Amino acid sequence: MAVSTSSVITLHINGEKFTLPVDHRTTLLDALRERLDLTGTKKGCDQGQCGACTVLVDGRRTVSCLQFAIAAEGREITTIEGVADGDQLHPVQQAFLDLDGYQCGYCTPGQICSAIGMLGEHAAGWPSAATEDVRPEVGPPPLTVDEIRERMSGNLCRCAAYASIVEAVARAAETPAAPLIDAPQDTKEQAA
Amino acid sequence: MTTTTVTAAPVRAVGRGHVRVEGRDKVTGAARYAGEVPFAGLAHGWLVLSSVARGRIEEIVTAPVLEMPGVLAVLHHGNAPHVETDFVGMMGTRPDPTCAVFQHDRVPHLGWPVALVVAETSEQAREAAESLVVHYDEQPHDVEFSAEDPDARHVDGHMPAVTDKGDLEAELAASAVVVDVEYTTPEEHHNPMEPHAAMARWDEGRLELIDSNQSATWVVGDIAQLFGLDPASVHVRSEHVGGGFGSKGVRAHQVAAVMAARVLQRPVRVVLTRRQMFTLAGHRSPTIQRVRLGAEADGRLRALDHRSLSRTSTVYDFVEPSAGVARVMYDADAHHTENRVVRLDVPSPTWMRGPGEAPGSFALEAALDELAEKCGLDPIELRLRNEPDKGPVSGLPFAARNLRACFEEGARRFGWDRRDPRPGVRRDGRWLLGSGTAGASFQAGALPSTATITAEADGTFTVRIAAADIGTGARTALTLVAADALDVPTDRIRVRIGDSAFGPAGIAGGSMGTRSWSWAVTAASSELRERLVPGMEIPAQGITVRSDTTEAVAALARKERHSYGAQFVEVAVDPATGEVRVRRMLGIFAAGRIVNPLTAKGQFTGGMIWGLSMALHEEAARDAYFGGPVGADLAGYHVATHADVPHIEADWVEDVDPEDPVGIKGIGEVGIVGVAAAVANAVWHATGVRHRSLPIRPDRILTAGNGA
Amino acid sequence: MREFAYQKAADVSGAVALLDADPEARFLAGGTNLVDLMKSGVERPTRLVDVRQLPLDRVESTPDGGLRIGATVTNSDLAVHPDVRRRYPMLAQALLAGASGQLRNMATVGGNLLQRTRCGYFTDLTKPCNKRTPGSGCPAIRGEHHNHAVLGASSHCVAVHPSDMAVALAALDAVVHFETADGPDALPIGWLYLPVDETPHRETALPPGALITHVSLPPAPVAARSRYRKVRERASYAFAIGSIAAALDVRDGVVHDVRLAYGAVASRPWRAQAAERVLAGASADAETFAAAADAELAAARPLAHNEYKVTLMRNLTVAVLSELAEEAGR
Repeated sequence: MAVSTSSVITLHINGEKFTLPVDHRTTLLDALRERLDLTGTKKGCDQGQCGACTVLVDGRRTVSCLQFAIAAEGREITTIEGVADGDQLHPVQQAFLDLDGYQCGYCTPGQICSAIGMLGEHAAGWPSAATEDVRPEVGPPPLTVDEIRERMSGNLCRCAAYASIVEAVARAAETPAAPLIDAPQDTKEQAA
Repeated sequence: MTTTTVTAAPVRAVGRGHVRVEGRDKVTGAARYAGEVPFAGLAHGWLVLSSVARGRIEEIVTAPVLEMPGVLAVLHHGNAPHVETDFVGMMGTRPDPTCAVFQHDRVPHLGWPVALVVAETSEQAREAAESLVVHYDEQPHDVEFSAEDPDARHVDGHMPAVTDKGDLEAELAASAVVVDVEYTTPEEHHNPMEPHAAMARWDEGRLELIDSNQSATWVVGDIAQLFGLDPASVHVRSEHVGGGFGSKGVRAHQVAAVMAARVLQRPVRVVLTRRQMFTLAGHRSPTIQRVRLGAEADGRLRALDHRSLSRTSTVYDFVEPSAGVARVMYDADAHHTENRVVRLDVPSPTWMRGPGEAPGSFALEAALDELAEKCGLDPIELRLRNEPDKGPVSGLPFAARNLRACFEEGARRFGWDRRDPRPGVRRDGRWLLGSGTAGASFQAGALPSTATITAEADGTFTVRIAAADIGTGARTALTLVAADALDVPTDRIRVRIGDSAFGPAGIAGGSMGTRSWSWAVTAASSELRERLVPGMEIPAQGITVRSDTTEAVAALARKERHSYGAQFVEVAVDPATGEVRVRRMLGIFAAGRIVNPLTAKGQFTGGMIWGLSMALHEEAARDAYFGGPVGADLAGYHVATHADVPHIEADWVEDVDPEDPVGIKGIGEVGIVGVAAAVANAVWHATGVRHRSLPIRPDRILTAGNGA
Repeated sequence: MREFAYQKAADVSGAVALLDADPEARFLAGGTNLVDLMKSGVERPTRLVDVRQLPLDRVESTPDGGLRIGATVTNSDLAVHPDVRRRYPMLAQALLAGASGQLRNMATVGGNLLQRTRCGYFTDLTKPCNKRTPGSGCPAIRGEHHNHAVLGASSHCVAVHPSDMAVALAALDAVVHFETADGPDALPIGWLYLPVDETPHRETALPPGALITHVSLPPAPVAARSRYRKVRERASYAFAIGSIAAALDVRDGVVHDVRLAYGAVASRPWRAQAAERVLAGASADAETFAAAADAELAAARPLAHNEYKVTLMRNLTVAVLSELAEEAGR
């Protein structure tokens, strides 16, 4: 039987639906950057070793370089283009801007998406490798700078803006944020 | 209205923190980098690199690959357009032949570009490139870097290879205290987060290149020469650049993209993979350095000898001038420095953040710490006793040298006076604690640049300069400089950069960018202010002036011009596991007028973290048998991540040179200088063991044991 | 990467049938290792069978006081599960020490167990590698091997298994359950990974096409006081150069029960049985802990540049067991 190596898929991104044909080899990252012109998500290593391509999938931070676009069908994907509320920056974005949490800016969308996902994980009571005692009866760990550093370690910044990134994340943690994930809207047909 | 109002005296912009003018674009993902600009009909190129370290290409089996889906072309030495390499470019040297791709069948190192496969999609290009079979006539290679290599030769680079004064052996023999030690640093890679990327397109005889680089002027000049074009017909844009650190000049991917675009008559984008960057983006050579210091019992230096050996490729001489740092920092009755290079079958190295100074200061500033220990002197006191009053080698006066103030302010803030000098006596649970310090310097050079400023009819000003903001904050700094020079608020200034059409400008490198460009912007502002009479009508097209600092830069009096710094580090070492953690860092710098304190802090601390990363993490492994890298990715080559970086502070002291026409010095590099030494000195203070090879990894701590 | 067909499996038996019919097919779950290996060309499947959406994503307590962990439970979900954190803290710690927050949100239990070595020769197609191309040679032995195996390796391969999670599971006597076309089956984790010997390309005892469905953890009261410590070349987001999973029950100064496993020293998570034998019933002091480590590491065969691992594992054993003993005494 003829084996199909491409498919027409529908991706839910930032509250919109995009239907497009994809080569099965196309990663979610390449679909965003090369097919949907959502170039805010960055390709730093294409191997899951830098975090620059971090996006939220069903509200959780993931690297988009190690997911095939076709496997992301049916999931709610939020990229850097979708975290602000119109002109109103997300508190994490605002803190990065105000506190200079970047230099060249290339790792920045990944840092911001990662921070948003991380703050959600922390709010859910998740411990980390920096948590002294992981037993649930001890209660959720306070979000110290050491906790932030450990939890953000999957995002490399070669400019090494780490000090101000941690400062920005800490500030954003004190600012309540609107929920990120909205219901998908109408399908947008993408040209083949 | 359209009348000028340059008489108002707003708040000065320089010296006040200002968020990046492009910051909103960066935090929303709107900022587009070189590989992100869409074009109709864009084709994707994928480089094929050699899998042997030396030899000749016997055959490239293109036929099956050309049959693969979507494949448009395979470029290689048998069919690629000719490029001309016999020219001296903007950087004052011939181009590294590594960028002149597909011109012959020789393979001088593993990872040498042998072909470019172009296809309709990146997936197709990648699969086709990986399927391309290349047969080689493999020849024996040599990549083993050794202090005993008989082929080592003196190479000048951008400074003389050798400086020598006094009778070194006599002074060493007469010294009360002598330190004679060897230090090594490994092969290191820039690894900017944005991989090198270029899109080339020909349009009616004109070449457009969207590229990630540290100087559009440099790329235009070299590309025009390589392809025999009039530079006026080449247009290079690089609005946002995702880091460079010395690696983003003219490289194989741009040249390959231009070739493919010409052959196919379509826009072609070529992006390096992270793995390809390890052989095609340049790197910092490993170094083997011998330092001999001879001193009186009071620490005053009688003899200083610093000899460095680095490594280059067989196709291009590049020297990592590690011995240069001693020519600025310390004097001695007998003073000898030399840089030697050995040619091996490896990729060409290049400038990498703090070239020369970063590895050189590791050796020199660690040796000084060893001398302080032998003399029973505080390491800061030792340095202050050896402060020169003129250039140790040049004899020229210092334009400004505030190293003493850096050490004094740093010592006060760090709590240095409470430090017990004895090694190996502080413990916090499983951790041994120690602290260390080192001095830093980096040259404050300038390059000729041009700028234009237009007084617009709406009362705003547009600055155009072919500057590159590789993360330094240059775009914002130039906005503040222009605002003050024109005496208007920053919101009336629009700075456009990263475009070769704006005329020649210096590179974003060598800590010269913001200094050089500010000079041109200031000069243009002065001229514009002379042209603008209060109350005059501005025509619709505005009034434009152009500056050129070529003559002014050349006329600058010859002096020792540098920025300085004092680095302080506290480390914790677990002797059971070999783990080293930096607990806090402080850097105090004397670096001219600080334009934007908000972004300057990031430049300094970023450099310091590079130093931390160099001290503890970074080492590229090379397999001697195959001649190529092993673990060439960001999991195999570790750079510091969030959890490695402690509380870190950077600040600055007054550093004024009234005669300097700009008053601004570069701050991108001085931050890395000395840090690795400060870390190594702190590790000694914690453990009593000297680590003279970087990085100070757990295996090295464990192998060294606990005895000195 | 070559072109491939993609199918979402409808159920476990359907997934197994698809792989059974196509030897060049692979299961895709979190993808954090497989997609990377496909990009580097180490894996070239013609078909991916996506098992991520199968109903194997539950963590459940078993009546005997153990846990049943579904194969597609993510590393994050397992790490933060209250029962894991309470009853098997070293497993939570091992998971949290692995990779990054993003990768833990993607990676699954089944995929983590079956991840491949990160040896730089294995992932570089231009180099020989007995694991990738049997008989081609092992360049690591004379090349770059400072993070390679000191235990259980052979002259054919010195690569290490990269998992943190599996080290804790090895110490906990986990059982790996899987399904093939012949039906369900199971292997104790100690039997899952094959010895290296002359066949480093044969990594596990799973039959071809087997799909891991779940992992069961027997009750282990000793694990309530347990720890996973990982040493690596940067503070986070790096593979181990040596790690230890240890659980210790001390009563009246004597070792009542102990579990010990080492990571990043062998081609598989290394259950330190020789050390456990020395510890059982012995006085819980640093001397015993050192003797136990020495008993385990007597079999170590370091290469030119990884002898430090023997020191590291000895020191880690003493340090972590001493910490646990001290806490027990409080």
